[in-house]
Amino acid sequence: MMLLTALCLTYIVFFLTNMYPNLEKLAKTQGNFRMSEEAVASFLEDRGYLQPTPVKYMQWLGVMPGFSLEKEDGTLLGKCVRPGISPEDTPRFCGILQGDWGFSTVAKEPVANVLGSRLANTGKLMFWVMVVMVPSALIVGVLAGMREGSGTDRSLSTVSILSTATPEYVSGVIFIAMLASTRNGLGPWLHEMGLIEGKALFKGTAKSAMDGITFQNFTLPVLTISLYGMGYIARMTRASMAEVMTAQYIRTARLKGVSFRNIVMKHALRNALIAPFTVIMLQFPWLLNGVVIVETLFSYTGFGWQLVNAAGNNDIEMLLAVSVVSVFVVLVTQLISDIGYVYLNPRIRIS
Amino acid sequence: MEPLTWTGSFGTFLDPIFWVVAWVFIAAVALQIIGSWVLPPVAESINLDGTITRTMGPNLAIRMLVKASLLTLLALCVLYILAGMFTPLGTVGIIGAVAAQFAPVWIALVVTFLVSISYKRRLGLYGKLFDSTIGMIGFALLMFWFYTAVFVGLFDMIATHDPLTQLSGMKNKLPGTPLRSPEEGQFSYYLLGGDNLARDVFSRMVNGSVIVIVIAPFATLFAFMVGITLGLPAGYFGGKLDALLSFLANLVLAFPVILLFYLLVTPEIVATGIPNYMAMVLFVFPIIFVGVLLNSRFYTRPKLRTPLLSGVLLVMIWVYLSAISADGTVINVLPGVMDLFNINSGILVVFVSVVFVNSPTVFRIVRGLVLDIQTRDYVAAAQTRGEGPWYIMLWEILPNARGPLIVDFCLRIGYTTILLGTLGFFGLGLPPESPDWGTTINDGRKLLSIYPHPAIVPAFALLSLVLGLNLLADGLREESLRD
Repeated sequence: MMLLTALCLTYIVFFLTNMYPNLEKLAKTQGNFRMSEEAVASFLEDRGYLQPTPVKYMQWLGVMPGFSLEKEDGTLLGKCVRPGISPEDTPRFCGILQGDWGFSTVAKEPVANVLGSRLANTGKLMFWVMVVMVPSALIVGVLAGMREGSGTDRSLSTVSILSTATPEYVSGVIFIAMLASTRNGLGPWLHEMGLIEGKALFKGTAKSAMDGITFQNFTLPVLTISLYGMGYIARMTRASMAEVMTAQYIRTARLKGVSFRNIVMKHALRNALIAPFTVIMLQFPWLLNGVVIVETLFSYTGFGWQLVNAAGNNDIEMLLAVSVVSVFVVLVTQLISDIGYVYLNPRIRIS
Repeated sequence: MEPLTWTGSFGTFLDPIFWVVAWVFIAAVALQIIGSWVLPPVAESINLDGTITRTMGPNLAIRMLVKASLLTLLALCVLYILAGMFTPLGTVGIIGAVAAQFAPVWIALVVTFLVSISYKRRLGLYGKLFDSTIGMIGFALLMFWFYTAVFVGLFDMIATHDPLTQLSGMKNKLPGTPLRSPEEGQFSYYLLGGDNLARDVFSRMVNGSVIVIVIAPFATLFAFMVGITLGLPAGYFGGKLDALLSFLANLVLAFPVILLFYLLVTPEIVATGIPNYMAMVLFVFPIIFVGVLLNSRFYTRPKLRTPLLSGVLLVMIWVYLSAISADGTVINVLPGVMDLFNINSGILVVFVSVVFVNSPTVFRIVRGLVLDIQTRDYVAAAQTRGEGPWYIMLWEILPNARGPLIVDFCLRIGYTTILLGTLGFFGLGLPPESPDWGTTINDGRKLLSIYPHPAIVPAFALLSLVLGLNLLADGLREESLRD
């Protein structure tokens, strides 16, 4: 089923990126912008872009031999041709099944190389997002849910509604304007009081974070992504905590005279965390969205930035690889959340 | 002319009071949270006659303080607005001038609330909304933007300048800057400053609300039509139909939204006409929905059914055909005389892609609700009566699923607003000079750390609308759970 989904999705991406107007744009960006209609057609013809879409798709998968054409002057053009590799060494098949992700027409490099480093960058970002988001969301949710209707509950619930209502591009913009500006907001004020050295508190871009992550250049991107997801997880945790706190066994424990702290820590917490676990897992695909926005906003060259770049330039094979990766992430998180749910919930595990 | 300050001469004596009250409020809220942990929840004192008086002790006092300071704060805000509306321009500065521009909105809001609150017992779920504070705040925020859109879009009120006109010397000017050479009858200030193309930020922001308020609810409504029309049979019949539809829904859901937008909304794809074909498919669903809805109810009374159904369907199909056909695109079925309106191609693309992204989620929700409700006794009773499957789905199951669906509808309008902003943020779909909030934020973010106002203003506008919808959904959920 997962394989079928992945195949369908990549085929849709393939189909859309191989529409003729898109190919025309590709030809013009690769060749030159003032190409005539015929020049575009022959450029595409030579490189095998004008074959039927299913054939091209099979070639990309690696179940059909890649397109190749030898020109009169002896140069070889084709899907499997790479600069620096002689025509004799060029393999016949070059698709996903052979482990070849294709060649990026924008970066002029194999897709796998580019995407690898991008994914590493995004991995770092996601790691810190998880470190910030999950514990804070759980704490907020548990604190709000353990005494439903109290002042703490109402203030924390308002905060989490506010954070779910703030999309990344809004919170990012507000953070940059308030915290990363040398002219407005908190930075100059703290500078005047002598608390910080520079004029800005944080950096408004994460460009330098590719070389080394510092507190200054990485706080805002991480904060921006975490904030949007945090509210949702916190609300789920709150709902499940509130439900658990009304359960019979909690009342029994309370009547036995167990202290409130022990009830929360030992009896309620574990059961209350089952539902948020699924939610956290299913948040990954959403985080992917946030990653795209935040990486664009803070110009951090990770996976999301690569997606925007590839889509903007119709870099077909890069886009396909990007969609394969993101579909993979979505499907794997669904799988993990199902397995984890069974593992955490004894009622399902035993029956 | 002098540039306007934020609160003008009026603020010189009111501002300090405002800040003091605001800080008191923040401190009181913090104290309340700490107090609920530290202080005992009840205080008991033993009276001389042996009885015990139980009060809330210091917690009560703190709670009163929070309430009082919040009310004072609100009263001060109202004072700023009223003073701005009734004093000449400049006395209350930028805030007063903005409040004065919004005058029709305030009046409409007050009228709505007075009417709704006085008749709330007769208004069903809508009336119950006015029992919850959260719901009322959310409703007020939503209606604020709704009325703004109405007054800007239909009556051309509120906005001070044209959203696209560039005035010389106003590039990146700070809020409250006077025009260099105001003409006769022209508003003489840029209230919230100028953007990097010297256009008025305030006017662009209020004009942006029209685009959002028109597209977001309609797109959500269409997504609901699609989701309900497909989700009901999928849940009710199950089997292969369900498997197929669920597979398709999961397929769309597995796509990263932004990748989908980039694939659907680029000018090259628009040129191929794919969005028009998608519109053709997606816009059919409301017709199917209404047709089946009416037919399943009235098919036992053919005398009423036949004229009603044919009349309604005729109108809907005409609207449908004029919606999908437009000159110069791939689909041009109606002759120009009969074509009622043309949808701007940029807006159509945005609309279609937002509907497309939202409907699988609605489908899943509806399907889940049907699976749940199907086992109820009244469904079994209807089946025993010999009602047809569509009657049961549309007139027995759907009305009983309305609570969660209404709540989700509110949340989803908010989500759609966020999606529209995302599209604008990546510069997809709408033209680059369009005043919608996403595009404006994208425009303003380049100079964010030097001139924050062109991006911050639409950012807060979007935030307040989405927040309003979320609070409204929360209030509705609470009130609908209560019965």
